[in-house]
Amino acid sequence: MNRRELLKSGALTVSASALGLWPTIKAYAKTPIDTLVVVTEFGPNSLDIQGLGANQATHGPSWNVYDRLLSYGSKRLPSGILSYDYKTLAPELAESWALDPEGLSATFKLRPNAVFHDGSPVTAADVKWSFDRAVSIGGFSTIQMGAGSLEKPTQFEIVDDHTFRIHFIRKDKLALPDLAVNIPVVMNSKLAKAHATGGDPWAQDWLQRNEAGSGAFKVESWEPGQELVLTRFDGWTQGPLPRLKRVIVQIVPSAGTRRSLIERGDVDVSYGLPPRDFAELAAGGKIKVVGVPVENALVYLDMNVKIPPFDKLEVRKAVAYAIPYDDIMKIGIYGRGVPMFGAKTATITEPVWPQPSPYYHDPGKAKALLAAAGLENGFETSLGFDLGEATIREPSALLIQEALAKLGIKVTLEKVPPANWMTAMDKKTMPLTLTSFQAWLNYPEYFFYWTYDGRNTVFNTMDYQNHEVDRLIKIARFTTDPAEYKKAVCGFIQIVFDEVPRIPLFQYDLDVAFQPDVKGYEYWFHTQLDYRSMWKA
Amino acid sequence: MGRVIASRLVGVLGVLASVIVVTFFLTRALPADPAVYFAGMGGTQAAIEAMRAKLGLDHSLIVQFGFYLRDLAHGNLGMSLTTGHSVLSDLMARLPASFELTIVALLLALAVGLPAGIGAALRPDSWFDHLVRVLGTAGVAMPTFFTGLLLLHVFYFDLAWAPPPLGRIGAFIAPPPHVTGFYLIDSLLAGQVQTLIDAVRHIALPALTLALFAVAPIARATRAAMLDALASDFIRTARVIPLSSFRTIVVYAFGNALLPVLTSVGMVFSFLLGANVLVEKVFAWPGIGTYAINALIAADYAPVQGFVLVMAVLYIGLNLAVDLAVIATDPRAAAT
Amino acid sequence: MTTVAPTTVKLRLPPGSGSLILLAIVAVAAAAGPRLAPYDPLATSVSAALQPPSASHWFGTDALGRDILSRVLTAARLDLAIAAAAVGLSFGIGTAAGITAGYAGGWSDRLIGHVTDMIMAFPLFVLAMGIVAAAGDTVANIVYATAIINIPTYVRVGRAEVLIRRDAPFVQSARLAGNGTFRLLLAHVFPNVLPPLVVQASLNMGYAILNAAGLSFIGLGVRPPTPEWGIMVADGASYIVSGEWWVWLFPGLALAGTVFVFNLAGDGLRDFLDPHRRH
Repeated sequence: MNRRELLKSGALTVSASALGLWPTIKAYAKTPIDTLVVVTEFGPNSLDIQGLGANQATHGPSWNVYDRLLSYGSKRLPSGILSYDYKTLAPELAESWALDPEGLSATFKLRPNAVFHDGSPVTAADVKWSFDRAVSIGGFSTIQMGAGSLEKPTQFEIVDDHTFRIHFIRKDKLALPDLAVNIPVVMNSKLAKAHATGGDPWAQDWLQRNEAGSGAFKVESWEPGQELVLTRFDGWTQGPLPRLKRVIVQIVPSAGTRRSLIERGDVDVSYGLPPRDFAELAAGGKIKVVGVPVENALVYLDMNVKIPPFDKLEVRKAVAYAIPYDDIMKIGIYGRGVPMFGAKTATITEPVWPQPSPYYHDPGKAKALLAAAGLENGFETSLGFDLGEATIREPSALLIQEALAKLGIKVTLEKVPPANWMTAMDKKTMPLTLTSFQAWLNYPEYFFYWTYDGRNTVFNTMDYQNHEVDRLIKIARFTTDPAEYKKAVCGFIQIVFDEVPRIPLFQYDLDVAFQPDVKGYEYWFHTQLDYRSMWKA
Repeated sequence: MGRVIASRLVGVLGVLASVIVVTFFLTRALPADPAVYFAGMGGTQAAIEAMRAKLGLDHSLIVQFGFYLRDLAHGNLGMSLTTGHSVLSDLMARLPASFELTIVALLLALAVGLPAGIGAALRPDSWFDHLVRVLGTAGVAMPTFFTGLLLLHVFYFDLAWAPPPLGRIGAFIAPPPHVTGFYLIDSLLAGQVQTLIDAVRHIALPALTLALFAVAPIARATRAAMLDALASDFIRTARVIPLSSFRTIVVYAFGNALLPVLTSVGMVFSFLLGANVLVEKVFAWPGIGTYAINALIAADYAPVQGFVLVMAVLYIGLNLAVDLAVIATDPRAAAT
Repeated sequence: MTTVAPTTVKLRLPPGSGSLILLAIVAVAAAAGPRLAPYDPLATSVSAALQPPSASHWFGTDALGRDILSRVLTAARLDLAIAAAAVGLSFGIGTAAGITAGYAGGWSDRLIGHVTDMIMAFPLFVLAMGIVAAAGDTVANIVYATAIINIPTYVRVGRAEVLIRRDAPFVQSARLAGNGTFRLLLAHVFPNVLPPLVVQASLNMGYAILNAAGLSFIGLGVRPPTPEWGIMVADGASYIVSGEWWVWLFPGLALAGTVFVFNLAGDGLRDFLDPHRRH
């Protein structure tokens, strides 16, 4: 550095401080009280939750920018945290509703004063257009609607401007709860239709980048992959007006940076940190960490029962006893989850899910079982997991790999890039899969329907088909007799624990880190933030 | 001269054509199936096939390539599935961010590298020379993402001098009115001093990280070129005739060292543009590198193709410009 | 009587030899690495997780309780092997292509130049990523990807050096003496072209190692649990903020140190070989 550079930099510093700008620059490290700044790793790739290809993060803006007919009530968990209550339905756009005497249709009365962000009133015509769209558009939207037996546009009827009726094609206890999930949002059909084309009758192109909602927040700006800014919609009538005026969601790819930001107080909420960071922040005491075990969700190790030697029951049981469960809880996820192993008894008595399996870490038992299968020298195999989840999966995968190596089972780890993950699961060629699943509607049969059922969806990475399990799942889904229901659910859980094609590991936490002055967090099944209930003290 | 330019252009277009072909088939060779990925959670066969048709992937590769070329001829780089915008508008929006970062980094590197290289050439084998070489080499030895994180930790976390790494500008400051897309220039033009200072504070660390990487090649090239120039006949002549030694160095030697240095700088610039990626990830810088990587991981073909095309055009254009500058000043070079 | 002062013989090592000695140390450490490691680099231990450097663990332990010193030593072998393989491959292919292009000229020159320009026009890191993503993240593919993006360097240098010497007197006389083209290239041209290429190779070793580290940061690097410096630094990056500095520092130093030594050696070699630069 010669003299010239030195003088130059000195001059800059002097002038900057002379202009008295240093204090100002430091001052806006804290965010204004009516603005919430959130950092996360992944952002939405669309504003249209029904559209094909919308990613998981799209649920966030969709929940807050759009309304649905119904919502869920709230309850307090034993830990004191506010959570949605899947057993009670609450009004949103529908201020009241009633089932007909046979239970084959439901009539909804819409709020008379509800308006969309552009000021136009919410009418039954909008609801019908939105619901027709949800069942016709294909992809995840159609499938999710089908989970509540909402399948055809003919089921949806406009009675009058503010009355809407749904006809059920069969009795399904999930039909009404299904109306409160993210998919059946009510869109401004006039606005959307104005942007529809011959080749795009549902205006997917326009709705991906623009919103047509009536929700408590409007989209002020959206830079995909960078930043989403929401502002409060002051004309919202579906509940008390939110106390937050503005929400800024910024995409910060590096976990280390996201942690820095919250520790320094530069942001209000930090999402998606590795378990270790959450554990350390929680222990540190400065930052508030809320961890709620995600309902109807599980992290597990699947064994493909059609790929030898996992077609042998003794081999699967051997692996189940070989897993270093406690190590995984301690240094795999730093305690940010509920153990799902080591049940005291092998008999299932309660129809709850997830629940612990009877397996536990016992290398002696594992060795004996392997020998009984004739594989005391071990064998070679591979374990696949989603590279996109590597931060949370890899430590567990490494521990499992090491434990199996002690039995002579040589495991190669395959980190599958996120783009290939669905394909890899679908092909059913991975002998071992370490992954997780979360079912939105909190019923065991719903989880089993998606992941154990013999119709072999992409999530059935065990390639498992058992007719008895399928039969019991069907009974549980449609019966109205509590005794029959309990028998069916306990029945199918018992079978899958006995046959152990899938080894449950733990139920993971949804962890969120907040500044202590952020209040009103509520846990939702979609695992996104509901800004309507939040505020800063 | 005109013939030289023409022949260069033909060669350049040929390379560009090959790049387009290779990129297209390389993205198609990725094992990910975008139809499955974008069909997402609703992965039934019907949904996947619908997605495939929507993406235009149900045609044969040759036909798809034909569509791609036709679109390209109309200046249409396709649509990005992850952002929902046209690739061209995405790239146009993000290029200024990458450019600004690279240019500032380059200027920083030049500010340190040029004097260091000149000084080292003036006193070869001295402690200064060795120091320059050692420091320069050290800067190149560490991975850029590592250096970035280290600087971030020290200057943001420990010392709180640097602002939170949330991009080019603070969360509560509006970007300056768009003229060039370079925040530093635009805020200066609009007279928004606070915005300018904020933009400077945000670009400081990422630019420093990149600059550390660029200093070594620049210092090394300057040193080598200066040594060559200083050893040349006419400099020795100038020394015999007593011109002041400072003038000798700056005016004559450096002037002749300029061309090889310029070539090096050109190479460093294009290398930096590509190496941006890792730095962008650490500092959440909204540049084209992150855009391309996200698209690659998501099997979103169009942005990857568009990114490679743009970078190739830039690189080739830059090389061509330097080449022509060299030829213009030294006709002998046209012979190669 | 006059006393004659004993003549001191100054052992003047050629410049740059310091770095070559360091290089030798690195190579030996790499070869002997696994044997020098005090612990099994793959052995996890819940009780020993994330411990700072101590007498029992000189470099501390990582999140799974694995000894970092052992992992750093074991990784040396893999990293150097990857770099050497990649550089060797690109050296071999690139030099052969460059010499051919320079010597034969004509269409082979144009073709090779075209391919080289095409490779260089790609943003190199994205090209490496694309290759590994397309072909799978095995060590072999990482080597191939790194090799491909480095080929142009050798082509250029090889070609340039051959062009300088193609019509030199010693080549002319060898040709007149009846040497076939291949023998000519191998026995006469190649040895003269070798030195600048070796300089490139040394510098390239550093880039090859950094390239592998970059790929690991994106997640396309070597598969776990194999210790490799790049992955260890990438994993360690998340510890910068929480204070467990030893997880990233030691692999980072090993990585930087090795690259540094290769670069210094390359520089030293370059100075040694080029008469201009000698003082």
